[in-house]
Amino acid sequence: MIDVLEVNNVSYRYQRKQVLYDITFTVEKGEIFGILGPNGSGKTTLLKLLSKELSVQSGSITVNGRPLPSFSHKEWARFAAVLPQTIDAAFGYTVKETVELGRYAHQHRLLPMWTEEDEQAVDAAIHEVGLTEKAGESIERLSGGERQRAYLARALAQNPELLLLDEPTNHMDITQQLHLLNQLVRSAKEKKLTVIAIFHDMNIASLYCDRLLMLKEGKAVALGTPEELMEPALLHSVFQSPVNKQAHPTVSKPLLAFLPERGLSAIEQRGLPELLTWTTMDDCIAITAAEPLKVLSSALVGSGFQWATHFVNRQVSKDYNREDAELEMKQYLRKRGLPVSSTIGMMTAVDIHDAVCIYEKQDAFSLWAVVTAGVGNAVDAAHAWKRKQFEQKIGTINMMIFIDGTLTDAAYVQAVMTATEAKVKALYEENVLDPETNTYATGTSTDCIVIAATQTGTAFSYAGTITPIGQVIGRVVYEATKEALRRYRKRRDFS
Amino acid sequence: MQKLFTRKSLSNASMYIIAATVAAVSLLLGISIGSLSIPFSTIIKILFSAWLGLPLSGGDAPDDLVQIVMMIRLPRVVLAFLVGASLAVAGAAFQGLLKNALADPYTLGVSSGASVGAVLVIFFGIQLPLFGTFTLPIVSILFGLATLALVLLFTRAVERQMSVETIILAGIIFGAFFSALISLMIALTGEELRQIIAWLMGSVAMRGWKYTVLLLPFFLLGVVLLLLNARELNAFAFGEAAALHVGVNVMRRKIMILTGASLLTGAAVSVSGTIGFVGLVVPHMVRLVCGPNHRLLLPLSLLYGGAFLVLADLLARTIISPRELPIGVITSLIGAPLFALLFFRRMKRKM
Repeated sequence: MIDVLEVNNVSYRYQRKQVLYDITFTVEKGEIFGILGPNGSGKTTLLKLLSKELSVQSGSITVNGRPLPSFSHKEWARFAAVLPQTIDAAFGYTVKETVELGRYAHQHRLLPMWTEEDEQAVDAAIHEVGLTEKAGESIERLSGGERQRAYLARALAQNPELLLLDEPTNHMDITQQLHLLNQLVRSAKEKKLTVIAIFHDMNIASLYCDRLLMLKEGKAVALGTPEELMEPALLHSVFQSPVNKQAHPTVSKPLLAFLPERGLSAIEQRGLPELLTWTTMDDCIAITAAEPLKVLSSALVGSGFQWATHFVNRQVSKDYNREDAELEMKQYLRKRGLPVSSTIGMMTAVDIHDAVCIYEKQDAFSLWAVVTAGVGNAVDAAHAWKRKQFEQKIGTINMMIFIDGTLTDAAYVQAVMTATEAKVKALYEENVLDPETNTYATGTSTDCIVIAATQTGTAFSYAGTITPIGQVIGRVVYEATKEALRRYRKRRDFS
Repeated sequence: MQKLFTRKSLSNASMYIIAATVAAVSLLLGISIGSLSIPFSTIIKILFSAWLGLPLSGGDAPDDLVQIVMMIRLPRVVLAFLVGASLAVAGAAFQGLLKNALADPYTLGVSSGASVGAVLVIFFGIQLPLFGTFTLPIVSILFGLATLALVLLFTRAVERQMSVETIILAGIIFGAFFSALISLMIALTGEELRQIIAWLMGSVAMRGWKYTVLLLPFFLLGVVLLLLNARELNAFAFGEAAALHVGVNVMRRKIMILTGASLLTGAAVSVSGTIGFVGLVVPHMVRLVCGPNHRLLLPLSLLYGGAFLVLADLLARTIISPRELPIGVITSLIGAPLFALLFFRRMKRKM
């Protein structure tokens, strides 16, 4: 594979202001190369140098060893095509006339002849971007996305080896963006085009680029694959904004989320007890948070990671058994006037008036646990395979743990582990047995857990049993579960 | 869709044929109508005999008729045609390059410069020894070209990239300054006032072949320069950056186009004064019919602009004959309503 483009120690200054400092990178044939950076980082200047809009002042840009200034404008246009953010819409030109301009550099006689080859290149390019039916339409009658596709067709009609893109999807909605970029990547791969593109959206850049160059104040701060570059610490320093990195749900590329700056939140000002409001209704406990909490849960409604403001533990009758439990639960929540999309909803057959609530305040954080427990369904996880069948009863031990602190994903998972281990120990000490196997039960068949954290204040990377927060989780859950079991038994024996 | 229909339904060839026919008929009308009416057939016979040496029997056309056609009417309509064509083509090119619908041949101040030259000649009664009566157009055209050079140099000094906005501003600055100079001379003049005003209002009367011959080389050079840059003008319509991206040598082409259009403007102004409206509106009218593609727009503007001015001149000299109206008044009097009508119909169709 040959290096198609080498940029060597390129610096550039407008009259008084230096905008690029010693930029060096190499782009290989067939590569999709992204340039990222905040406004004013020099990325557009860099692209203008590549498109010959500006001439190189110091350093060099070479293509297969040949310096850029030695190309005439026409020669360069046969090699490289540009798709800018916006092009003035020339009034009255049809799509076809617009795309025909892409052949300009290929007609190099004094009296240019329009050849069959030109005609075919134009038709093929229009077809490629899916505008064949609109070829006769005026360019100003197209939508923004279609217009940009027409300009992409013009760039393709140039038959370039290199495509230079300056935030080509800047003024499009997300559907149009993806449509154009998919088209672009497909064309690039089919024709082995090299693409150098400026992106302002890091997620888009990370999805589509093979490698990225990150600029900050005219200097190259990083160069590498999206996986290497999408590091929160690096992005934070470049964009001056906190960034969070997550995995893309289906593609092996990182996803990034910028974090808005928040003022001192209610939590930090007031603490956990003031943030949460507890309401006991006839058939449920509803806990309302004044600000959304990030939640990891196995609840019926709102499972997995999500942000939530309402937490409901609903009491249902012992013989509640419905196929469409989730739907029914949502209807129930809606009837209660709760916002379903930000509510975590659990069920239990236990009397919710027996819920145990323990609050623990430490220097660095505070924690609040709410547990309801019933063991009509007790199961020993280690021997569950011996049971012939499970009766789906609403059973159960429901735990909600609210934490005033910032948890990593790992800390969430460890919090679940720690709480579960503490629960098992509480069951053991209360002599709860699996009625079928006659061994100590480790839980019930339908236990549920909710870990909710404010994501402000102290950061916790881990929440295992060795950490301070893990220790508090373990102890509080252990105590709350034991107390809840005692209340459960008391009510059972009483009735 | 309507517009699409009209554009598709007329092939390029038929558009040329229509325009050429309109031009030919207007030329014949211009020669034919006057204090003495001459039938088309006679005109054609006279022209054939003069150019191809075909025999002409005295019954067909008496000698004085030949004289009227060849020495009075023909040079006048040809001059009117060339001036109209120059202004229309230059206007189309300026509008395309400057991306401004209000641009016309006079935007860059070249016409003001040429006028200053002409008014100076009249004001001081200058007669250059070698040129005689030719002094005025020659001084005028030199002033026009000098103005273009000044505007371009000034633009370049302000901004190396020479963006069209800067060019327009520079043109307006110089144009305003030269207009003030003209006003100053008008204010200070006594005897020559009428002559200056008449020249400024524009006319193609009583110029004879000499002026046509003077105009012709500039006309040919300017038109060829612009026609060679038709594709570049199309590229410029999408902005200078876009033109550069498809491979246009922006600076060189821009100067070529400006020079070509200014040659046409300066030469036209120097032989006929500042005739308004043709350069602004004819390209717009042609665009309504054939679209903005300069490969079609430039030649069609040439033909229609020429025909338009021939007909305007015809009206100017016949409406209250034997007196003549200033041709610039007529171009606007018939041009404005015509343009309004076309524009109105076009906008209605779009709805």
